[in-house]
Amino acid sequence: MSDLNSHVVIIGAGHAGGTLAAQLRHFGHTGPITMIGDEPHAPYQRPPLSKAWLKGEADAETLALKPLKFYAEANIDFRPNLRAVKLERSARKVGLSDGSQIDYDILVLATGARAIALPIPGADLVGVMFLRTANDAEALKEQVGPGKRLAVVGGGYIGLEVAASGRALGAEVVVLERETRLLARVATEVLSEFFRSYHEKHGVTFELGASVVGFEGQNGHITGVKLADGRVLACDAAVVGVGAHPNDELAAESGLETARGVVVDLEARTSDPHVFAIGDVAHRPMPLYGRMFRMESVPNALEQAKQAACAITGRPAPAGEVPWQWSDQYNLKLQIAGYAFDVDEVIVRGDPATGKFSVFHLNGDQLQSVEAINSPAEFMMGRQLIGNRKRLDKAKLADPSVSMKEVAL
Amino acid sequence: MAKITYIQFDGSETTLDVKPGLTVMEGAVKNNLPGIDADCGGACACATCHVFVDEAWTAKTGEKSAMEESMLDFAENVQPNSRLSCQIKVTEELDGLVVRLPESQH
Repeated sequence: MSDLNSHVVIIGAGHAGGTLAAQLRHFGHTGPITMIGDEPHAPYQRPPLSKAWLKGEADAETLALKPLKFYAEANIDFRPNLRAVKLERSARKVGLSDGSQIDYDILVLATGARAIALPIPGADLVGVMFLRTANDAEALKEQVGPGKRLAVVGGGYIGLEVAASGRALGAEVVVLERETRLLARVATEVLSEFFRSYHEKHGVTFELGASVVGFEGQNGHITGVKLADGRVLACDAAVVGVGAHPNDELAAESGLETARGVVVDLEARTSDPHVFAIGDVAHRPMPLYGRMFRMESVPNALEQAKQAACAITGRPAPAGEVPWQWSDQYNLKLQIAGYAFDVDEVIVRGDPATGKFSVFHLNGDQLQSVEAINSPAEFMMGRQLIGNRKRLDKAKLADPSVSMKEVAL
Repeated sequence: MAKITYIQFDGSETTLDVKPGLTVMEGAVKNNLPGIDADCGGACACATCHVFVDEAWTAKTGEKSAMEESMLDFAENVQPNSRLSCQIKVTEELDGLVVRLPESQH
């Protein structure tokens, strides 16, 4: 039912929404495209917010996916500062926060995810922050500098990136993590231990197994973080990075199938053929692992934007991808390919003490995932090996003197 | 401004004015030029902004870092003049630069 003249309405102007709008034009879509965004900015890259942007090494121009004039030139009606508040699928209408309504032929939900807030006393104090949007990053930037004390709640990737940037800016940084190790939900112990020690060398302090029970304040501004053991750690600002929740309420209220995310098929189509969902909000099939899940990453947003653009313009769906993501901290580049599902063996290649090593996750003799620190060859070849399901010689894989090209033979 | 000419795999040429300080990749992406994907936005993490630098310009575009070299090693159809365009910072000295794009970035 592809119709190049249909009116496509995209709810959400993040990486997924912005990429889809541009790709639809690239694929020859001639009908109207409307993109609704609840931020004041045109689509921009979020990854630098915790890295280059926070350190003042990137500006709004480098952050933007496309210059603002692109949208007018490409005849994309980009409408900022506006939210979708109601979805009436039977009438193919979306109600917007300014009281107006918009009709669609095809609707794409690219509403993303939002930072999870801690339901604890003091969470509304000035200086208790999140890092999700450019405005969040701007507010955080003002609170981080020489002599400032920054508490990072949550030892995940966002928290660690903020800690590294905070140290680069001369702030004192303490990271508080509820689990007894960093990156507990997403990485192996080898990696957790490596990051802890690397950050400590750069002056970050850690409180592991620490349960944050409240924020203390004075005159409405945060002064400290209170732990379950009664201690209060003094700080000038706190960043809460404890995960994100998909913005799937609009879909759920309209009766679309959701499962902590909007359920879609391999074309990014929801249970309603006129409605797609892409990016952080989508709960999507991943045939490589024989399951469905939700991913929060730029490569996933790009991939699903492509899936939806292909389906809307009548092109065949793109071949299944090997998901990947990256993180930069200090002079470390972490590149991750795949997800560590159904893993029965972990092989560490290289010595973590050198700051250059990789962790391979296997099912039998097939690769499920690789986490590579300053090891681009392991990442690039690992990504191919995950995709082609090659049976590996584990002894060769574990030996860094055997090149990755040889491992893949 | 530096004029940079991007030549697509099919031979079509586009010359763009790129502001010094941006990268050769950003010059293309921000002007909606197809052929350079740059999935990671310039973090040297994905190798989808591969270009071939015109032979006359290879010295001026500088040396590859070890990271860039390793990433390129796994890209398709790599040549000695292959570069990741997110790692080439545009300067006034690069006014007139010519880069050729590969058939595909994936």
